[in-house]
Amino acid sequence: MSEISSAEWTAILLSLRVAIIATLVATPFGIALAWLLARRDFWGKSLLDAVVHLPLVLPPVVTGYLLLLTFGRRGLVGGFLADYLGIVFSFRWTGAALACGVMSFPLLVRPMRLSIEAIDRRLEQAAETLGAAPWQVFFTVTLPLALPGVLAGMVLGFAKAIGEFGATITFVSNIPGETQTISSAIYSLIQTPDGDAAAGRLVIVSIVLALGALIAAEWFARRATARLHGN
Amino acid sequence: MLRVDVEKQLGEFSLHASFASEGRAIGLFGASGAGKTSLVNMIAGLLRPDRGTIVIDGETVDDTAAGIHVPAWRRRIGYVFQDARLFPHLNVAQNLDYGRRMNRLPADPVQHRRIVELLDIGALLDRRPGKLSGGERQRVALGRALLSKPRLLLLDEPLGALDEGRKLEILPYLVRLRDEANVPMVYVSHDAAELRQLATQIVMLKQGRVTSFGGVKVLT
Repeated sequence: MSEISSAEWTAILLSLRVAIIATLVATPFGIALAWLLARRDFWGKSLLDAVVHLPLVLPPVVTGYLLLLTFGRRGLVGGFLADYLGIVFSFRWTGAALACGVMSFPLLVRPMRLSIEAIDRRLEQAAETLGAAPWQVFFTVTLPLALPGVLAGMVLGFAKAIGEFGATITFVSNIPGETQTISSAIYSLIQTPDGDAAAGRLVIVSIVLALGALIAAEWFARRATARLHGN
Repeated sequence: MLRVDVEKQLGEFSLHASFASEGRAIGLFGASGAGKTSLVNMIAGLLRPDRGTIVIDGETVDDTAAGIHVPAWRRRIGYVFQDARLFPHLNVAQNLDYGRRMNRLPADPVQHRRIVELLDIGALLDRRPGKLSGGERQRVALGRALLSKPRLLLLDEPLGALDEGRKLEILPYLVRLRDEANVPMVYVSHDAAELRQLATQIVMLKQGRVTSFGGVKVLT
């Protein structure tokens, strides 16, 4: 196998950019939602939980199509964002990031939620008796103790985002340099007669990235356990 | 100093307790299940009474009729739990400093040194809670509560999780604390011997009701 070509590099770097932005933007929402699901009881909680998990079970092409209807130029939200804020998603890398963010969201939220649920609430009570307001309790006790889980969620979300294919290609198509990620590049290459070698190289890159992310997530989970035991 | 008149229904258990005390060391005595912890949690603001009033140091912190409920974090109380509850992600020094930081109080190195010496925890400052013995953890928890400058200290069976030897190790610190720290305290225990050494007034609790109130004599 020869070296990675510049077209392949473009796809790899675009994938990284899309996945990093998707993960960073999704993280605050993920933490807020994880906290809500772990710590609050409210009407419609199980419905919200189901909606968050929907991208995991829905055919990705359906999610992509729904994104197109909502965030496309003529979509309800997409039209508004384009006209008033100048943010365009359709056929742009930002749209790829949105699709990846939505698709990876359930995987991102889950470890965050589990790590918040695992925190001893009596520690939060102790913080309260020491004069910490609810937001201070969150930032000085809950979040630091949940940090390994938050990082594990980010890593898993990132790994999922980098491999996302169906929703992305449905929503923003497969434009080299703009929306062609590693996955859609592989898809194009295996349909070209002599694309096998290039596809193979990208397949190896995908495996390395996914494996690295899983190992990192595992490492963060182990850190979480050590942290909760006060070592 | 402390005036309590509260009712609380907790499942099958009903708590209806009333007492007022100017004592510097109030001993709350009763068997397990008598409602001691629920009562202390109400004084702390962690549990809300169904009906009644709680007045700490002249300030009404609970008055259900007037709709008053001051949240725990605004009550300026110190609470030492049976299970220390030190923050595992912070070392001892950071645990001790936590209350001061949350209340945005200026650093008070004199008081800090005094309490660290009083509790003999100077050698532990760099350690994580996971590396402390049960007795050491409880001493740090005491220091942490005191350094938040509370107007009332609540101690809920602080020796309950310790074996006999460790109890004897901590007891002198508690006596010194009562005499030197200048903070009134409510000391919860089911151990009459412990209370005889520490309390100046006793509130006896039985099945959610105050059955007697007075000097340490009521324990006999």
